[in-house]
Amino acid sequence: MSALRVLVGCKRVIDYAVKIRVKPDKTGVVTDGVKHSMNPFDEIAIEEAVRLKEKKIASEVIAVSCGPQQCQETLRTALAMGADRAIHVDIDSKDYETLQPIHVSKFLAKLAQDEKADIVIVGKQAIDDDCNQTGQMTAALLDWPQATFASKVEKNNGDLTVIREIDGGLETIKVKLPAILTADLRLNEPRYATLPNIMKAKKKPMAKKTPSDLGVDVASRQEIVSVEDPPVREAGQKVESVEELVTKLKDSGLV
Amino acid sequence: MWSRTIYLLPRRLSKDRHILSFHSNLRKASSAGTIQKADNKQVTKSESLGGEYVQKALKPITNEPFVKNLFLGNFDKDALIYPELTKEQLDDINQLVQPIERFFDEVDSKTIDEKAKIPDDVLQQLKDLGLFGQQIPAEYGGLGLNATEFARLAEITALDGSISVTLAAHQSIGLKGILIAGTESQKQKYLPKLATGEHVAAFCLTEPSSGSDAASIQTRATLSEDGKTFYLNGGKIWISNGGIADVFTVFAKTEIEKDGEKVDKVTAFIVEREFGGVTNGKPEDKLGIRGSNTCEVHFDNTPVPIENVIGEVGGGFKVAMNILNSGRFSMGSSGAGVLKKMMGMVAEHATTRAQFGQYLSEFPLIKEKFARLAITTYVMESMAYLTAGTLDAYEQPDLSLEAAIVKIFSSEGCWVCANECLQILGGLGYMKDYPYERLLRDGRILMIFEGTNEILRMFVALQGCQHAGKQLKELVKKIRNPLANPGLFFGTLKKRVMSDPLKPPLKLHLDEEVHPSLKTAAQSLETGTFIFQTAVERVLERYGNKVVHEQLDLKRLANIVIDLYAMTSCIARTSRSLSIGLRNSDHELLITNTFCYEADLRIKHEMQQLLKGKTENTDETIHKIADLVFKNKGYAASHPLERNW
Repeated sequence: MSALRVLVGCKRVIDYAVKIRVKPDKTGVVTDGVKHSMNPFDEIAIEEAVRLKEKKIASEVIAVSCGPQQCQETLRTALAMGADRAIHVDIDSKDYETLQPIHVSKFLAKLAQDEKADIVIVGKQAIDDDCNQTGQMTAALLDWPQATFASKVEKNNGDLTVIREIDGGLETIKVKLPAILTADLRLNEPRYATLPNIMKAKKKPMAKKTPSDLGVDVASRQEIVSVEDPPVREAGQKVESVEELVTKLKDSGLV
Repeated sequence: MWSRTIYLLPRRLSKDRHILSFHSNLRKASSAGTIQKADNKQVTKSESLGGEYVQKALKPITNEPFVKNLFLGNFDKDALIYPELTKEQLDDINQLVQPIERFFDEVDSKTIDEKAKIPDDVLQQLKDLGLFGQQIPAEYGGLGLNATEFARLAEITALDGSISVTLAAHQSIGLKGILIAGTESQKQKYLPKLATGEHVAAFCLTEPSSGSDAASIQTRATLSEDGKTFYLNGGKIWISNGGIADVFTVFAKTEIEKDGEKVDKVTAFIVEREFGGVTNGKPEDKLGIRGSNTCEVHFDNTPVPIENVIGEVGGGFKVAMNILNSGRFSMGSSGAGVLKKMMGMVAEHATTRAQFGQYLSEFPLIKEKFARLAITTYVMESMAYLTAGTLDAYEQPDLSLEAAIVKIFSSEGCWVCANECLQILGGLGYMKDYPYERLLRDGRILMIFEGTNEILRMFVALQGCQHAGKQLKELVKKIRNPLANPGLFFGTLKKRVMSDPLKPPLKLHLDEEVHPSLKTAAQSLETGTFIFQTAVERVLERYGNKVVHEQLDLKRLANIVIDLYAMTSCIARTSRSLSIGLRNSDHELLITNTFCYEADLRIKHEMQQLLKGKTENTDETIHKIADLVFKNKGYAASHPLERNW
């Protein structure tokens, strides 16, 4: 069983270096005119898929992104990093505001079947909503084994040996294919998309699908009540001595 | 699809859109209509016939040189239509920008400066990113970027001065000769390895006795008896990449026969380090751009096959000038890139540092500095992208003066602005723990290399005068000889007595070409254009062919025309921004109006000085003061405490 097909989810998120601002009406955060890029964990996922291909374990890497038109930029980055083709699930911006991991899982599950994928890799979580659900739910929908928080992936015969980062240490598990992986921070260090590869990526195919093509209902089941800034950190105080520190901590009931 | 053909649309195509929004200019409207049709046709044609047909049909061969024509008082109104990319082109370039921005975020410029070396792994990453082959066409393995895209990337690569100069020495000058004047086989042989950075290039012109006067070089190439090989002998100094380059563009004197006489002429050669006899000195210890490798390079009987001549034997001077002229335009965007970054950091300081109970940002003297930083940066950007856009619109563009103007304005703008940033920061700016003093040091070279600003001012003024002189020759000759042409002489005299050269009538109606909010700015541009025309005429009448020696008046002409090109660029850009409603376009309007107001004052001042003549405007005394200093080999005035009784 060689020549695996790998499907990778790539979410477009607000760039990690951007200072997030809450919209004045508290319905969400400001995204207009804000720099976006690929979710860093998804970059790790793409990198892992491309490495599997370079090791001849995988035959094809397919990048998927669900969201508005601009997601194609994210997919171009994935293509420039080495994905072979891309699928953009086009979601209009209104639906996208309330799109949840369950919807994305359904898209990924359907696409994994349609594309006959052997491995689905996603980042362990997205840095915008921090949900950490998509990989797990996709596994459930497909009834495939899952190896989450992967920090090392190796293929042995028909199985994958995956080292997972768990509380207090590492866990090594074996999963049968097809399987879902979610990428943790230390899985690899993603490459830069080089300019010549960005140029070449323009020639790679990008398919566009709609939620109805995939038979997924994206109607929202929840309403955003309010989005708030985190509380502002109070200013610190300088103390002269350890005694003073202890006194102050005692006075404020912290020790 | 990344293809050259998408860049072949002439500038008019995209620029008509916003102009049409408020102009009832029927000529433009109709031409826009026909070109739109051509645009549609292009898509089908390029698919069926390949790019060739489209290229010839849509990209004009050459432009009317805008700045040169200003010397005749001719203002090409098309220059007020700011160049625009298509949505697709813009998306493409933004895609390229991302990884480079990320990469440069992590470059440790402080260490590069301290160690005076770019680490090998950083250099390798730059090569892997594709940055060594930016303007090399895709068929030779490069990125095939056009001028606009190159300028955009330069905004980022400039963030580290050492890297920026290394890249520029490689591709803006080092390999540029092969690119613009090389034969097909030279291109095939050298460009692919240069594009990947497997080979690094350097440009060898400067010698110990030959700096700005490039024609005076001593390095010699002697042809072997079989006529197949040149032997190169001589030494070059201050060669960027001199110690790391594998391929050199070398300029040397060769003996050629002209009209039966043997004369020495400059020839350009492609020299590989592999050829033998190529050595270099140790890297120079410099004020700034310390990580860029600058060395002496020596050629000791280096054999160079005759097929490695770039262009013609004896045609090297022209090659050198074309290379230098073609590289200068990007200094505007690179300078602006650095200044924008610096402004962000300094603004952070000014809005958080309080003195006398107020933030620095509340003090008018500090505000003034920030406003000037914004204005200068805006003008640099506007000029750079106007020039780049025009370069991209023609097959063989004539923009040597525009590029020189961009270089002069931007290099001085960088220096003044970096200096002001340090001033805003106070003592903090002076400390090596912060990046500001390094940015100041790195920026200082810009006014010196790629043609000193003094040489370039003379270049702009003299090239312009030469262009005007051809057309004004007869007029000037007659006016300089009043006895033979009394009618013309008195007519001109009358016109001059009756009209104030500083308040000419406005006949061009430039204000009708731009957004209505820019009326005053456009009128000062028009006034400036007329003043400049008069200035050129006066200078030519006054000096005729001897104008070449009148550097102080030539400098005045250059200064005026620099301001005119700057005004044109920012009026055009602001007009576009206002018309399409870009974010903060009202801010742009304030910037442009302020710049044009001050440019107008400067132009009038230069003209007043020029009209006064040397005796009144202190040019003569300037000469005298300097002469005594030279005679005395230094400061000549007596010490203030000296007594002679």
